[in-house]
Amino acid sequence: MLTQTPSQTVGPFFYDALIALGKPFVPTLVRDGAQGQRILIVGTVLDGDGVPVPDAMIEIWQADTNGYHNHPADPNYAKADPNFSGLGRCDTVNEGCFEFQTVKPGRVEGQAPHVNVRVFSRGMLIHANTRMYFGDEAAANADDAVLSLVPMDRRDTLIATLLPSNGLPTYRFNLVLKGKGETVFFTP
Amino acid sequence: MTIKQLLSRINWKGQPKYLHPAYTSTLKRAPQQPLIPLPHTLSELTGPVYGTSDIGPLDHDLTRNAVRNGQPIGERIIVTGRVLDDSGSTVPNALLEVWQANACGRYIHKVDQHDAPLDPNFTGAGRVLTNAKGEYRFITIKPGAYPWRNHLNAWRPQHIHFSVFGANIMSRLVTQMYFPGDPLLALDPIYNSIDDEAARQRLISSYAHDVTQPEWALGYRFDIVLCGSKMTVFE
Ligand SMILES: [Fe+3]
Repeated sequence: MLTQTPSQTVGPFFYDALIALGKPFVPTLVRDGAQGQRILIVGTVLDGDGVPVPDAMIEIWQADTNGYHNHPADPNYAKADPNFSGLGRCDTVNEGCFEFQTVKPGRVEGQAPHVNVRVFSRGMLIHANTRMYFGDEAAANADDAVLSLVPMDRRDTLIATLLPSNGLPTYRFNLVLKGKGETVFFTP
Repeated sequence: MTIKQLLSRINWKGQPKYLHPAYTSTLKRAPQQPLIPLPHTLSELTGPVYGTSDIGPLDHDLTRNAVRNGQPIGERIIVTGRVLDDSGSTVPNALLEVWQANACGRYIHKVDQHDAPLDPNFTGAGRVLTNAKGEYRFITIKPGAYPWRNHLNAWRPQHIHFSVFGANIMSRLVTQMYFPGDPLLALDPIYNSIDDEAARQRLISSYAHDVTQPEWALGYRFDIVLCGSKMTVFE
């Protein structure tokens, strides 16, 4: 086995390269004609003092509404929604907040619907890796093989709250990098 | 017996830990709870797929992709290398995003307060895709060192930031490429956040005379190794 290249921080100055150039790295995963329930995912990145982190970058990766991934390793690749990218990226320049427009993912291999989330920022030498689950999927969450690996008293850090909304269903998912209420992170 | 695809995992020997107190920004941002090993499902075996339509014709040439009224100032360089996975296979269609300071050590970013000139013809941002043999190549200006406020008289060694997407999301990597012989490396807490010396040195590019082009640009070679190679297991 070759030894992997070490990770280094994204630093504070990534904005003009990773955000401003836009396509294909945008916070909107859906194009016109995308299938499924459109939703918003909103949240704030907080540091160990509870202070919003305005220089983080969040990436999400998820299945489409039927649980298919836009990738050849998925046996249902050919059926994946062509109007759904699966990948989103958002900065947190606005007071540590991010917002994605996507669809609610289908179940993948019997797992509860979830979104893969990666956090990069100044002060993070290697990115953090987590999953977001949906607060209105309590039965599916209770059966989920990955959630069951997480200590019971910390599972709520992975479950997004459905907010009251007049528009698109909106889920809040805050990311706490350290300390009280620290988000559960998986090996990156 | 069932056959299952798994991915090779990150090898922590040779990776930085989240907390490295000499890099003071880690103090408030390093997760402290133990990481949970993630089983590999289709969520992890898959990832975004990129092609040439995602790349603009000048994205790989930072000396031309932001020209307004002339050439950017500084030492023109060619950076090339291969993207491999940890099984040694080359990774085609890997997407690399690169960004860097200009020759004076200044980023275009609005929070960069370093009192050094901006270059009207250089944004320091580019993208390149690896070819069928896993090779990439881009053209840029050698970045300058720049001061940061981590400690008294702190200067970052010259570096180019890399963001890499390999064959699946487990191979995701963000790193920095350094230059050989830079005296600031020994003093830099970000570079020295990696305990293992051999691993640290993998972040230093090598001068490549075969890449250098006469009367035009110096060449550097920088290979990148990602985790997340496919392993077939039987259970
Ligand atoms: Fe930098």
